[in-house]
Amino acid sequence: MVDSVVLWRRLVGAQVRSQLQYRTSFVLDACSAFLISFIDFLAVLVIFHNTQRLGAWSIREVAFLYAMSSIAFALTDLLVGHFDQFPQKVRDGNFDIMLVRPRGTLFQVIGSDFQLRRLGKALQGVLVLVYAVGSLTIPWDAGRIAMLVVMIPAAIVIFGSVWTIGSCLSFWTTDGGEFTNAFTYGGNFLAQYPIDIFSSWLRRFLAYIVPLAFVCYFPALYILDKPDPLGLPRLLELSSPVVALVSALVAGVVWRFALRHYRSAGG
Amino acid sequence: MIEVEHLSKQFVVRRGRFRRERVTVDAVKDISFRVERGELLGYLGPNGAGKSTTIKMLTGILVPSSGRVSVAGLDPSKRRIEVAKRIGAMFGQRVQLWWDLPLIDSFELLRHIYKVPAERYRTSLARFREVLDLDPFLHTPVRQLSLGQRIRGELTASMLHEPELLFLDEPTIGLDVVAKQRVRDFLIEINRERGVTVLLTTHDLGDIERLCKRLLVIDHGSLIWDGGIDELRERYGAERTLIVDLEEPEPPLQIEGARVEKVDGPRQWLRFRGPAADLTARVAAATRLVDLQLSEPDIEEIVRRIYSAGRRDA
Repeated sequence: MVDSVVLWRRLVGAQVRSQLQYRTSFVLDACSAFLISFIDFLAVLVIFHNTQRLGAWSIREVAFLYAMSSIAFALTDLLVGHFDQFPQKVRDGNFDIMLVRPRGTLFQVIGSDFQLRRLGKALQGVLVLVYAVGSLTIPWDAGRIAMLVVMIPAAIVIFGSVWTIGSCLSFWTTDGGEFTNAFTYGGNFLAQYPIDIFSSWLRRFLAYIVPLAFVCYFPALYILDKPDPLGLPRLLELSSPVVALVSALVAGVVWRFALRHYRSAGG
Repeated sequence: MIEVEHLSKQFVVRRGRFRRERVTVDAVKDISFRVERGELLGYLGPNGAGKSTTIKMLTGILVPSSGRVSVAGLDPSKRRIEVAKRIGAMFGQRVQLWWDLPLIDSFELLRHIYKVPAERYRTSLARFREVLDLDPFLHTPVRQLSLGQRIRGELTASMLHEPELLFLDEPTIGLDVVAKQRVRDFLIEINRERGVTVLLTTHDLGDIERLCKRLLVIDHGSLIWDGGIDELRERYGAERTLIVDLEEPEPPLQIEGARVEKVDGPRQWLRFRGPAADLTARVAAATRLVDLQLSEPDIEEIVRRIYSAGRRDA
């Protein structure tokens, strides 16, 4: 495990070094990533220009949700965003190379590409978070601070698991990219809003099937000390880390199963 | 080193645009063979014959549909990681080096992926730098290398962890004569000096003739030849030709076991089967011989015959 983390750092380090060689291009890329993601937040502002509240949520509370989800999603994108290109790797057979190396395949896919410029997206989330936390009066205590610290890694694991499971589709379809995007980029969009504004089937889907409600919604209820508008058990507010762990396990099992169906490419 | 018993692989493909039917294709059909430690053998077959599919099952990339595979005593589809530590693989048409990084960085990363001790890595890299002459481009990003340079890099990458067994899929594809020779010399070196078992697939019969004593030929998923190149020549091969220069022009010689194909002044071409020594003795007894040379049928010709024989049987 420790050994894998060290190796991951080496793999990523080598790539970052080569990306930083073209400094101007790197800075431009990072800035545009930042600006493009900022347009996302404008969409939220537009909604609140027309209404004061979204369900039981004020604009500051939604900004908090939005910020946490954006940060988590941007960091997930940084770590596993290149899974988008995974179907291509499967189709042209370059995934073969990873199978003849003595390391876990999922680990190798994760370490195979790292685009530091994606950090620009996370910066935008951090700015919104500063605004939200500054304008809300949150009763900070040890539990809430701990939740704030834990929820981001948990959210990354949940998003990452969804991404991984989506990528597994490409072992069968050789191109499931767009379908997966509905759950990854689409999932980020859903996680930015309080789930009580959605209809009940979608809420159930988000809470129990693709667990995006645990990315931000439940942890935010806890931190903001809001009663759940849906009246769900309070225990759910604390269960994000457990849900993250279960998601990761499920993703691991699905990956392992999918791998046995890998057909490689001709040539 | 390698044991394969009744190995088969089927793929299910869907055909048709509207009414999709599922068709099972046999990529590899019930093949069996053994490879001993230290062998250098060629695996030959036309496109789509099942060469790559076999190699992929041996390296743990694909799971066999049925049959048994054992590589260095292990089942590659069940113990992929342990097998991966002991084998090297190079696919001529895939890139295992990091495209944007300098060549030396790829080697460094592979050193950590395979957990090669620093000291062993240093000595082993030093040797490859010398044998494959890597120094002029060691610090160049891989994407800027010529094909020949890149293949030398790929060979090093697949050997850095000192595997006992090396799989090469079309290692010389697209290379010029000089680069091909360098790759062949390298393979002979690691096979003889280090005792590495090498299995290579190729379309290049030059590779086979210069490198391999033993040859496997696959066509339509079935193994149609397993044996030495000399036996292959004897079986399918066609007759050899003895070219004799006589003291003076003569009518076509009447020699038992041979027939004259062509006469040009004092020179005659005799086609025959069997040992050349007997024939030479008979010719020498029949007439006055000045000089002679023997010409072997080329392997390209032989392989063409095998493929077409295979087609007829199938």
